[in-house]
Amino acid sequence: MATNTLIGSLVRIRELSILLVTIACAGYFALTSTGFTSLDNGHTIAQYIAPWAIVGAGEAMLLICGEIDLSAGFVFTLAPFVLVLLNNNGLPLFVALLATVVICALIGTVNGLIRTLFNLPSFITTLGMAFLLQGLSLIISNGSPVPAPADTWVRTTFGGARWSELTWALVIIAVMQIVLSASRFGIYTQATGSNPVGAAESGIRTSRVKVVNFAVTSALAGFGGILEGMRVGSFDPTNGGFNTMFFGVAAAVIGGTALLGGSGTVVGALLGALLLGIVYDGFNLTGVNANAFNVVLGVAILVAMFLNTYLSVLRRRASAVRGRT
Amino acid sequence: MTDTDMIRAEHVRKRFGPVTAIQDVNLHVRKGEILGLIGDNGAGKSTLIKILTGYHQPDGGQLFFEGEPIHLRSVVHARSLGIETVFQDLAMIDDLPVYLNLHLNKELVHRPLPFLRRKEMRRKAREALDSIGITIGSVTDPVSQLSGGQRQAIAVARSVFSDAKVLLLDEPLAAMGAKEGGLILRLLMQLKERGDRPGHHSDCPQLQPDRRRRVCDRVNLLQHGTITFDKASKDTSVAELLDLVHAEYRL
Repeated sequence: MATNTLIGSLVRIRELSILLVTIACAGYFALTSTGFTSLDNGHTIAQYIAPWAIVGAGEAMLLICGEIDLSAGFVFTLAPFVLVLLNNNGLPLFVALLATVVICALIGTVNGLIRTLFNLPSFITTLGMAFLLQGLSLIISNGSPVPAPADTWVRTTFGGARWSELTWALVIIAVMQIVLSASRFGIYTQATGSNPVGAAESGIRTSRVKVVNFAVTSALAGFGGILEGMRVGSFDPTNGGFNTMFFGVAAAVIGGTALLGGSGTVVGALLGALLLGIVYDGFNLTGVNANAFNVVLGVAILVAMFLNTYLSVLRRRASAVRGRT
Repeated sequence: MTDTDMIRAEHVRKRFGPVTAIQDVNLHVRKGEILGLIGDNGAGKSTLIKILTGYHQPDGGQLFFEGEPIHLRSVVHARSLGIETVFQDLAMIDDLPVYLNLHLNKELVHRPLPFLRRKEMRRKAREALDSIGITIGSVTDPVSQLSGGQRQAIAVARSVFSDAKVLLLDEPLAAMGAKEGGLILRLLMQLKERGDRPGHHSDCPQLQPDRRRRVCDRVNLLQHGTITFDKASKDTSVAELLDLVHAEYRL
């Protein structure tokens, strides 16, 4: 039965169920609101999803290796101010940008080392780091926004041009997905999250895998923060924070990454961010009451997750049937 | 005590607080030999195995590997020397497919590019499993979908297909069905016949003494932390072995 195997093999693809839910949501808003399908609205959605997808890409890797980074949102907040600080002290803008990303990676390394050397849960470690970074952002910025550096090629390339933030997000997603599914490091990340003892018995240096993933997550979050600030044209100490971090984690989990580690994909985080962005934008367009907005958003996320899980059950059943025949 | 000993323990001791787990153990395995280690629960089998795999460090005595005195710092260190272990917990990664588990930490990549050669690994995994007669649906299935016995067979296959010089099996037939159990024993016989793969030391379980005796070249009995019996399998019998184990409980 050709159709049966075709459906069977389609259902086996992990990301397909969340993609179907996303398309269904897009269809709903296209029919019920005016202007949802316009290019300008596409740009608005892109602005929502780019930071969530960038933070989500790192969080997906961390979740897969069994950790979480609650401080990523504040690295996102802090990075633009570090950039300004370095730039004001004489570093050319591009060099300052690279140095900032390196500093963000070091913050992640500290998270990872505290986690692995002292065996503290990453939840507490990164929660502490989150408040520390929030305070630092407020001190450096003096609590008020700073205008982004003047128009240069650096500004245009990194967030200034119309679609550049989304383009960077897509490039990051593609690179991280390749790292996860086509490199030995990706296999180690999955093994570390799935069976830490077994992975260590096989000689995988699980602590190092975790530290690297913490560093990557922070570097990505910092880079995302810079892109966001460059796009908006102003660096704001109230940007990012727990909100951006939780949307990133939600994007990864909606995209099928297990909260307890072992399995997941980076592309899933992009689809999760896309779903969140469409729902967020769609309710804005259909004019949901501002006070009720989060209620509607929350219900929509729960329904989307329910559909996603239900489709996953169908997928597993299909693959089990295929395995038996 | 000859130069052909792959691994040798002399006067090895290990205490855990007030409990003496093993005392003054002398043990050796020659190249191409299968040694069965038997003993009652609590006799010190697991402790001895864990010392030989580098998991525990002995309190006294000396280990020799290929004739040289050696201090095993860790399991990874032991493995780097060619001492492979199949742990009782199997060290399987449930979320990864069978072929990646077989290649765990030995993945093939397109050198100098760091990309995985998945197709090649699938082919090799299929070949490896076929050659020893392990039947599973697909090498791309995650290990979580396999039965306990199949998982154990794959764990053994993984150690065998590394360049192990000494293979240690901790309770190799636990949780195995009759078919898979027979498969593992057959696999050990094959390895011995091939001869290029020297020295196997297997910690056989208490149960099924008859099957064990057919596979092992030599049997050591561990009692109260010390080896009390060392004979070639052909010179002993199931009755004698059971008799020895049970002797101390008789009135």
